[in-house]
Amino acid sequence: MADPLVLYAPVGMLGYGFPEKSLDAALGKDLALFGMDAGSTDPGPYYLGVGRSYTSRVMVKRDLGLLLPAARRKGVPLIIGSAGGAGGAPHLAWTVDIVREIAAEHGLHFRMAVIQAEQDKDVLRAKLGRGEIFDFETGRDLQPSDIDACTRIVGQMGVEPIVDALAAEADVIVAGRAFDAALTAALPILRGYDRGLALHMGKIVECGSLVAVPRTSDGVIAHLYSDHFLIEPADPDKRCTVDIVAAHTLYEKSDPYRLGLPGGMLDLTEARFERHDDRTVRVSGSRFVPARDYTIKLEGAARVGYRTICVAGARDPILISRFDEVVERVEAKLRNDLAGVIPPDSYQLVFRQYGRNGVMGVLEPGPPAEPHELGIVIEVVAASQETADTVCALARSATLHQGYEGRLANAGNLAFPYSPAEFAAPEVYEFRVYHLMRVDDPCAPFPTSWVHV
Amino acid sequence: MVRMARLRDVAAVVRSKNAGPFRLTLDILFKDVDTYTRVKARRAITPELIARLYGVRPDQITDFVEFDPGLAIKATFPRPVSSGTIGDTDVYGAQQHAPLLDILIPMDDDP
Repeated sequence: MADPLVLYAPVGMLGYGFPEKSLDAALGKDLALFGMDAGSTDPGPYYLGVGRSYTSRVMVKRDLGLLLPAARRKGVPLIIGSAGGAGGAPHLAWTVDIVREIAAEHGLHFRMAVIQAEQDKDVLRAKLGRGEIFDFETGRDLQPSDIDACTRIVGQMGVEPIVDALAAEADVIVAGRAFDAALTAALPILRGYDRGLALHMGKIVECGSLVAVPRTSDGVIAHLYSDHFLIEPADPDKRCTVDIVAAHTLYEKSDPYRLGLPGGMLDLTEARFERHDDRTVRVSGSRFVPARDYTIKLEGAARVGYRTICVAGARDPILISRFDEVVERVEAKLRNDLAGVIPPDSYQLVFRQYGRNGVMGVLEPGPPAEPHELGIVIEVVAASQETADTVCALARSATLHQGYEGRLANAGNLAFPYSPAEFAAPEVYEFRVYHLMRVDDPCAPFPTSWVHV
Repeated sequence: MVRMARLRDVAAVVRSKNAGPFRLTLDILFKDVDTYTRVKARRAITPELIARLYGVRPDQITDFVEFDPGLAIKATFPRPVSSGTIGDTDVYGAQQHAPLLDILIPMDDDP
């Protein structure tokens, strides 16, 4: 194999932006691939459930509008993983549409592989029935009703479907939900480089220049050799340091030494992080340990209700010291006034008090000092938007006028920044499926279609 | 009398983040190898301490790892509710680290 293979991750999250200067610098190198992650579960279950991206179309088009023509000029593959954020079918369609638009505007023609990650519910039910879907960190076993409840379930692909698409000479790959490291690791694995090094390299570059200083959304470049790899920022004025690259191994995961991934585990107990030069870090010793069974992670989002919120503030110190009492009285009034109209088990009422455990909730360790003002969100989630609106409106008026011990200000308890005081928020989803599924063929759940653009 | 420093004064990074939608992970990265080594040797940060600070049981700390290459200590435990569902207070889990900042760290080598 020809040393080294140069892999370019232009941005940690497609649509978060990067400087053109970095792209220009990267284009001066002998790049073999553009690989970028476009998704995460971090923004929560809503985007998967509803089928939208958490990045904006304008910014995704801006980033891709620079990268796609550049990759085509270079004649190297461009891979987008977890397209559209959650990597389901609508997210893929949204991304493919942007790719086509850019291609048309720049007069580009290429072969594009589109790899689906959304999973067929009947297949999942059969798999569950055969005991091939199991819990790994939700603390509960999956039930058939969970599969039914989800509006969308995706599987997280490993390198194999992407390796196949590269072997079939895709110019552009738009992949659904994918293990982030696979996007840059697939090409080296196809070319016979060490799988452990390739995956560790992929894991480091997937967040872009989070491994560089100064820390802004930007790209990184990896140079992969047979027994080590080098990491450098795309921007010549940025630096990667041993501390930062080593520490990135901790980020967003529970065990820095052993990282579970589709088909096995990345063992970093022997990994070495060393200074190569002022702005480049050398990494070696990363090992891939194949699993006995190939498992992929499933992510499914179920709609749990419709939400209406009211945002308000309080400044009266007597009220602030008595606010828990106000909340109790309002809850009692709602149960009473809504009896026979809206049953108490058909809505959930949440009072958030910012300034008092609003951020940490039950994890808050100490009794907080009394704040001089309180931020309040009155939130109702119900089975219909109409019920949520009704209950939130009543909770708002009840809280505004509720009496309490020692009250001097009897004109109103809440300062509203907005009129109307409450409004419908988008529907509420939750991660109902977050389980592992055993598969015989790592490509079978991820069918590829080919598009000639 | 052992000299003590607050973690916020000797750490390079103190942060929290989701490790998947069902877990919260805390990362503490030290500025220098001496402090990191002392914290490890003196057991200044333990799963029991993390559990106490966050009001969870020690057996709920699913992972507790000292990571020498990053001069880092990492603890992971289940979120009270999964990310983004009803009642969650922090979808990314990025503002759950504050209780760590005032952990007292011994600054002398002899106990």
